[in-house]
Amino acid sequence: MSLLEVKDLAVHFGGVKAVDGVSFKVDPGEVFAIIGPNGAGKSTIFNLISRIYEPTRGTIHFDGRNITGLKAHDIASLGIARTFQNIELFDHSTVLANLLMGRHTHRSTNFVQDILFLPKVRRAEREHRRRVEEVIEFLELEAYRKKMIAGLPYGVRKVVEIGRALAIGPKLILLDEPASGLSVEETQDVAFWIEDMRRDMGLTVLMVEHDMSLVNQVSDRVLAVANGKPLAEGTPQEVQADPHVQAAYLGTPEEDAA
Amino acid sequence: MELLQLMIGGLANGCIYGLVALGFVLIYKASEGVNFAQGDMMMLGAFVALGLGNSAQMGLSFWLAVPIAIVIMFGVGWGVERVVVRRIFGQPQFALVILTIAMGFVFRFVAGSIWGYTPLVLETPFAGQNLRGGGIVISVSDLITIGVTIALTLGLWAFFAFTRIGLAAQAASQNQMAAYIVGVPVMRINSIIWGLSGAVATVAGVLYATRGAIDPNIGLLGIKAFAAAVIGGLGSLPGALLGGIIIGVVEPIAGRYAPGELAIMSPYIIMLIVLVTRPGGLFAQMHAKKV
Repeated sequence: MSLLEVKDLAVHFGGVKAVDGVSFKVDPGEVFAIIGPNGAGKSTIFNLISRIYEPTRGTIHFDGRNITGLKAHDIASLGIARTFQNIELFDHSTVLANLLMGRHTHRSTNFVQDILFLPKVRRAEREHRRRVEEVIEFLELEAYRKKMIAGLPYGVRKVVEIGRALAIGPKLILLDEPASGLSVEETQDVAFWIEDMRRDMGLTVLMVEHDMSLVNQVSDRVLAVANGKPLAEGTPQEVQADPHVQAAYLGTPEEDAA
Repeated sequence: MELLQLMIGGLANGCIYGLVALGFVLIYKASEGVNFAQGDMMMLGAFVALGLGNSAQMGLSFWLAVPIAIVIMFGVGWGVERVVVRRIFGQPQFALVILTIAMGFVFRFVAGSIWGYTPLVLETPFAGQNLRGGGIVISVSDLITIGVTIALTLGLWAFFAFTRIGLAAQAASQNQMAAYIVGVPVMRINSIIWGLSGAVATVAGVLYATRGAIDPNIGLLGIKAFAAAVIGGLGSLPGALLGGIIIGVVEPIAGRYAPGELAIMSPYIIMLIVLVTRPGGLFAQMHAKKV
């Protein structure tokens, strides 16, 4: 059974059909990429899945459950984490605090227990720290642990956001343009991390990406969208060979090579 | 010795300004706007406590009346967010300013029609008691004001630093979108913060009422407290308290030593100086440097 199933999803903002009849399934352990020109509705699909936007029609099922009616704050506890194209972090907090905030849905202690810092709270706190340290080690963020987000370079902030998503302990991670603004080396790191997330952590990855070399390297399947509508779906090679996709997005093969 | 005497009274006054200023900061963090009804919430909190506690009214014990008043005003703050503020979510900040100014008028009218406009005195177990020593007289209500302010400030600090709800509130105030996706119910947190600011306003109101008579117009003190919050940097809880204390201490000293009406103008003069020299407020500036 697929982990995520999106059926006939649509959202209209006034007369603008940002997403118009998109359907796809993501299987467990798969890396699934959504590609398309700017304004195609890729990030809007992410915002619909993470319940920030209300769909005009269509349904979203996750893990066999209809999540179309849920609120944005319900999504993390189901096991869906995400990053944003424009990086949404807690800028006036440290890297460590940002990652610990990813553990929020796993905090079950109450107000009085927290204030008194009871043994139960201490145990839970140690567990959260341990999980966060694993993420820090995985993403090699050790040097930035106590640094404020606001003073960090773009590339590092981008990685911290992936780290916070991992700290949530998700089944499905949505990466919105993980390589945009990164150098070639940094993009290669992202490619390795995505491979590891799938292989070692058993995660399912859904990403929106423009960098076709990254898409080719890591994705099992690709969905191409334009003007809110699906164009083609298949392996990266199949989708790039599709004449509709070439016309709408990739242009001529010569331009693609450049 | 006279200066010390003035400073102690000023410190207690400043604590009250500071507590009302804390309310401004709480709301500013939660709803990214200024609640100009904060002073009137303080006034209403004081009257609710008076209505519950005074012998001519419901006649509950002072120690019972105050906690009940705090709970009621938590409900009022919570309800204001649920019923009114949430509906203007996404509107320009100015909408909240106008709305809360109007709400302030409503609170004043409600208090006036229930308790009238003649000043009333809150009955307290420690009214008129003083401590003397070394040529200085300290009223018990001053001491209680200072003590309660310290305790409440520490409590709020612990709440925001350690509790799940407090951390969620900090997260929501830094980045709502990010807060949502880690599982923080931002709207529910905002309601709680409004409730909390109602509760803090009530503590300030009761402390104010232990020091003199109250009438429905005492909420205008909120304007002075707003100056205190701006001095502290509007986004900073310790800054708000410090701003309040600065104003509270300077006022009586200016009243004694400076000519004319300078004492009344002093809070705003300080605010202007701070805005010109450190536009982000005292604490915002320190924060920026750290980064």
